[in-house]
Amino acid sequence: MTLTIDRAGRAARSRPPARWWRSRKAQGWLYAAPTAVIVGVLFVAPLVLVVWMSLNRWPLLGSATFNAPDNYTKILDNPLFADAVVFTLKYTVLTTVLLSAVALGLALLVQDRRPGIGFFRTAFFLPGAVGFAAAALLFYGMLNNDFGPIDPMLQAIGLTREPVKWIGTPNMALFSTITLVIWRFAGFNMLILLTGLQAIPTEVYEAARSDGAGRRQIFTRITLPLLRPTLALMLILSVTGSLLAFDQFFVFTNGGPDNSTVSMVMVVYRDAFFRFDLGGAAAISVVLLAALVGLNAFLMRRLR
Amino acid sequence: MRRRLAGISLLGVLALTAAACGNGGEGGGTQAAAGPVTITMWTRAATQTQSERLVQEYNKTHKNQVKLTVIPTDNYQPRIAAAAGARQLPDVFAADVIFVPNYTSQGLFLDVTDRIAALPFKDKLAPSHMKLGTLDGRMYTLPHTLDLSVWFWNKDLYEKAGLDPEKGPKTLKEFAQQATAVQEKLGKDGKVHGTFFGGNCGGCYVFTFWPSVWAAGAQVMNDEGTQSLNDRPAMLEVFKIWRELYEKKATGPTAKEEQGPTWTGFFPKGEIGVMPMPSTTLGLMPKDMRIGVTPIAGPDGGESTFVGGDSIGIGSTTKNADAAWEFLSWTVGDQAQVEVMAKNKDVLARTDLASNKYSAEDPRVVLINSLVGKGRTPYALRFGQTYNDPQGPWLRYAREAVFGDPAKLPQLNAEITKSLQQ
Repeated sequence: MTLTIDRAGRAARSRPPARWWRSRKAQGWLYAAPTAVIVGVLFVAPLVLVVWMSLNRWPLLGSATFNAPDNYTKILDNPLFADAVVFTLKYTVLTTVLLSAVALGLALLVQDRRPGIGFFRTAFFLPGAVGFAAAALLFYGMLNNDFGPIDPMLQAIGLTREPVKWIGTPNMALFSTITLVIWRFAGFNMLILLTGLQAIPTEVYEAARSDGAGRRQIFTRITLPLLRPTLALMLILSVTGSLLAFDQFFVFTNGGPDNSTVSMVMVVYRDAFFRFDLGGAAAISVVLLAALVGLNAFLMRRLR
Repeated sequence: MRRRLAGISLLGVLALTAAACGNGGEGGGTQAAAGPVTITMWTRAATQTQSERLVQEYNKTHKNQVKLTVIPTDNYQPRIAAAAGARQLPDVFAADVIFVPNYTSQGLFLDVTDRIAALPFKDKLAPSHMKLGTLDGRMYTLPHTLDLSVWFWNKDLYEKAGLDPEKGPKTLKEFAQQATAVQEKLGKDGKVHGTFFGGNCGGCYVFTFWPSVWAAGAQVMNDEGTQSLNDRPAMLEVFKIWRELYEKKATGPTAKEEQGPTWTGFFPKGEIGVMPMPSTTLGLMPKDMRIGVTPIAGPDGGESTFVGGDSIGIGSTTKNADAAWEFLSWTVGDQAQVEVMAKNKDVLARTDLASNKYSAEDPRVVLINSLVGKGRTPYALRFGQTYNDPQGPWLRYAREAVFGDPAKLPQLNAEITKSLQQ
């Protein structure tokens, strides 16, 4: 009898699981499946496609031909890309430093609850609600030498005698673009920092004050160290955004004057849509992606 | 219940995925049209007016309809490329004629050789446009609009500056003298300027400067469009004359920054003495403005023009090839050419209709029509990425030549050649 039961039990176990979906493991997989499919289709598949594209000569219409690693080797021959790397890094450093400083300044200004503070917080954040391409167009219109209102105003109050070439010289084009980016993003970053500032317990400040700490000491010894995780978040957002800069240069400066404001993504765009070299553009994208992943991993580790 | 939910959601996602990945079907086919068909058409802003007039007239008089989308000129090439990559090309699209060889070689246009062969006026279609639309003996496009570069001068400003308002420049040197005279006499207020050009716009340079080189009997590229000859004396002399005009501040202070979209906007306001302009702008000038038109000349004479404009073809992914062709063949027919194009002072796509009841009314139109045979449409497979793209090598070259350091020109010219061969 025992033997029979045992046999039957073994037989049941050795059969292919008739109701495998009843096991907890299988159910777990099933629950995760919809998300997995979405992640696969929307995130992983495009990445795989871009990597596959970068290994092929990819015409606009018609079938691709495998040509690896040509698309990667010719990146090195592209002087525009080399210049774009240098320029984008320069832009990233300048933007990140200035944007962080301005955003932190604004956050400190509107940190405490006072009558009317809501107005200032809203006013600082408002540019963040403008689309970036629209903001670039707005600046283009305002600073345009032919019809922009800024030049006549500056001349009227005697600050300048001739129209300023806002996007006419490499340095001014960079300066104007950074101004645009700060105007557009300072309020948004201020908001991030503000949440960080308000998470610092007031007791810490009170204790510091009762110990006789001055304003400067409080800022450097309490506010900044406790704000570190929030600053890290802002830094990562700013660095990533700046390295992927496109709209501001595409709409505002058009890469000019004389290719002085060509960002890395603009080179990708040019290769894909002006030179119809989709494989080459994909290769640059993959390199850019790898660099970004590496940089962000480094930043996260250092700033944690 | 939970299991069922999971199953349903999984099925839903799979169905969605299948739909998203599904192929839009094979392109290029012909659909038997049961009723009126609406076809889509794209055109670039530079020749928007002509396309709009044609589409409006066609829609008024035909059952089939055309839905026109106008795209900013600078963004046109990227939009076409993106649409082609997604197999979503419009049924019909016009393109700057110089980009056509690139498009045909990429297979973006449907082969219409047999359909063109059946047209009674097939040999009278604008030859330069037809040449650029032919690849390996097969034909892909029809001429859509012709846009020639010519010199416009403002007779009122000439009179005020003490110049003969009826005598436009006959050489590039005369052009420079007259522009300088307008600048010196009338430029004090900072509004009126001798001349103007798109100094930060690659396409503007080739359209307005190259005819002076051709007029001098020289070339800018070899016939295959694979070698730049822009470092030869003829081109350098043209650059030198324009450079002097800029240095004398006769070109307006913003010429150096002008990226293209607004370069033709100053002349109609009466602010410019004399400048090269697209012939299509003649029909858009203020009615009361007294304007002279003359061919572009070389430094010491001759005359030529850049025969630009658009060609039009059927997108190779279309499902409405017959309806698309019905529209295209109508646009080059007698009625559309005379009653829509000629009536509005536009250059015609057909040489046999050059003299018509409207052209005789305006000697300027007759002059522009007569230039079609003398001008050129340069051929290069890599034209767009070399000459039109703001990040291309030509714009750097031209800007160094006019505003910067001429010592850099030999090296930059080599880069133009390299780009032409890529």
